[in-house]
Amino acid sequence: MQPSPSPTLSPARSNLAGWLYVSPLVLVLVPFFVAPILVVLAASFFATDGFGGLTPGFTLASYVEVLHSALTLKLYLATIKFTVLTWIFTLIIGFFVAYFLVFHVRNQLLAIGLFLLCTVPFWTSNIIRMISWIPLLGKEGLINQALLAIGLIHQPLEILLFSDLAVVIAYVHQLTIFMIVPIFNSMARIDKKLIEAAIDAGASRFDIMRLIVVPMSKSGIALGTIFVVSIVMGDFFVVKVMSGGGSASVVSAFYEDVGVLQYPTAAASAVLLTLVLVAIVSLILRTVDIRQEITR
Amino acid sequence: MSDGAKGMSTSNPAGTEAKSTKKLSRRTLLKGAAAIAGAAAGSDATLGFPTIWAQEIKDIELRHVGVSYSVVKAIGDQAAKDLGFKVTMQNLDTSAAINRFISQPNTVDIADLEGWQAKLAAKRSVIQGIEVKKIKEFENILPIFTKGEIDGHKIPRQGISPYEAMYISKPDSTDLHDGVTEWATFLPQVYNADSIGYRPDLVGHEVTEWKDLIDPKFKGKAAILDVPAIGIMDAALCFESAGLIKYGNKGNMTKEEIDFTCNKLIELKKQGQFRATWTTFDQSVQLMAAGEVVIQSMWSPAVAAVRVKEIPCVYAPVNVKNGKEGYRGWCNGMGLMKHLSGKKLEAAYEYLNWYLSGWQGGFVARYGYYSPVPSTAKKFLTPAEWAFWYEGQAAPEVVNDPYGVPMEKAGTKRDGGSFLDRVKNISCWNTLMDEAAYMNKRWNDFKVA
Repeated sequence: MQPSPSPTLSPARSNLAGWLYVSPLVLVLVPFFVAPILVVLAASFFATDGFGGLTPGFTLASYVEVLHSALTLKLYLATIKFTVLTWIFTLIIGFFVAYFLVFHVRNQLLAIGLFLLCTVPFWTSNIIRMISWIPLLGKEGLINQALLAIGLIHQPLEILLFSDLAVVIAYVHQLTIFMIVPIFNSMARIDKKLIEAAIDAGASRFDIMRLIVVPMSKSGIALGTIFVVSIVMGDFFVVKVMSGGGSASVVSAFYEDVGVLQYPTAAASAVLLTLVLVAIVSLILRTVDIRQEITR
Repeated sequence: MSDGAKGMSTSNPAGTEAKSTKKLSRRTLLKGAAAIAGAAAGSDATLGFPTIWAQEIKDIELRHVGVSYSVVKAIGDQAAKDLGFKVTMQNLDTSAAINRFISQPNTVDIADLEGWQAKLAAKRSVIQGIEVKKIKEFENILPIFTKGEIDGHKIPRQGISPYEAMYISKPDSTDLHDGVTEWATFLPQVYNADSIGYRPDLVGHEVTEWKDLIDPKFKGKAAILDVPAIGIMDAALCFESAGLIKYGNKGNMTKEEIDFTCNKLIELKKQGQFRATWTTFDQSVQLMAAGEVVIQSMWSPAVAAVRVKEIPCVYAPVNVKNGKEGYRGWCNGMGLMKHLSGKKLEAAYEYLNWYLSGWQGGFVARYGYYSPVPSTAKKFLTPAEWAFWYEGQAAPEVVNDPYGVPMEKAGTKRDGGSFLDRVKNISCWNTLMDEAAYMNKRWNDFKVA
């Protein structure tokens, strides 16, 4: 007995349509993400002669070295410190900027205008925005000169530049937009009537924030967090420039490895970092069901 | 006819040529066709080009890849103008450059190599030997490079000296050869001796020793170079100068020596000695010009760049004394990538010869670097420039930089004295140690401490 053609055809068709939908993403991800990461993965198991020569094979030596080194721990601690600090500040600033735009600016056109204004600094390059902090924060920079002039300090403050503070300032400046956008987006979808009802029912401002706004902006916060965390953990340039070379990060360390042709250890460090990031992101996704929140 | 030749020479890039040695008949045919084309167009061949027909070479493009202070666009443009083929200069930092030479050798024609990079490139077989007798000025190259000596003074071999990295026994050898042969790994083109830069007004005394860099007096006002392979040598020069340790070979430390050096650096960092570390030329200029530091390891043109901003800055003459101190020397040369062959290889040899013919030597002299063939560079310098840059005499007139901007007033003397004073006081050379992986790890300990 043969199955009738019509019921089999339609799942096949929808299957095909599904594949067509994902194909652009697959076409980008496979050559530009999956393939390179497989190369890195393979290289991490190779042996090296120490001068850039790779011997195909399978050895865990690079992983043993990376995981056994106290340096790895220190690098991760330093990177996580910057990540957490940046995350806290971008979250606080980003949340309240979005809150202001959504709930305090009555005119929607004005809100969108102000929102676009937030993106203006991002029309210039990351590097320029970072470097422009240097003349401001330096020993002979504007802030120190002003403080010296009004007699508040007698020695220039060295902590302003080439310090962890400078690194965090640069990151917060660069990345707050990645918090503002998704949080703004999810807040804008909160029904204002809900807030009014809460007020009518006698809720305080704090209660509204705690019980309505924060829970309903969760998806935005989660998305922003993913952006900020993955960018900070994957960066080395800001750390290098703003700490004046005084600090290092996971990525800067394996970049140096590549510089002296230690490909397998660099690859092993990169794989490890990828795993750590995947773990962090899946933890975030587990806490907040972004897909459900977005299609809400 | 000439159009046909153009099409053929472009459809026959060196990369495929190297692989297709088996297709000899096709290649010879192409060559023949090209030669006929050349003969037909011979009447308008550029003057001064005896070896290659102008019609053929104008489609050749040489890609010279390396660091910005060695691979300079203005020099490439002049070479292209003089030679009649296209020269493209591409800049990368030191580590990105060596990585590219090794992992994508076919995207480079002329590799900008330091001695230690030449050693690596030979080991990885990405370069071919340079036939010494095809280099016209080879006899006039200073013996620093070709024989490892100058004026009877043996050039130290701590680190990887250019002489040490210069020769291989056969064109395709992967190991360096100790002693003069017919085949060179690289052809030196620019070099200098690095030391300390300082602000004379704020330091208060003349600096002639590396140990001033780690003097607690300059706590929070000192900086050191953060390129691990050479930064550690600057640190080693400091610690040796302060009498803390005596290295067997600063350029190839043992693990114990690396540990000592990095631990000491960490200790200094924790005491707040270093305001910052720097990785690029511009950063070092900024640190000094913005008043962040008063003393740091520094390159000679960077000191000049600070002075152009009318901020006093001196390049410390750290002459060798009691077996300590001395400059850290470096030398960048040109290597021929393995895939070069046929006309393109001939063009590459023309390019190499052009470098030693003087124009480039004159150009780099004007920002304080030296040519391996000073005798030809001299022809492209005014007597005043020669007196100032090479002889260490007081400048008879205003000295301009390579782009014609006034740089030093009449009467100024070059820091560190004459050419010979400087090169004879080089005590070690840029290097990649045998324990590079370990050293790098310990350097990162210093960074993250």
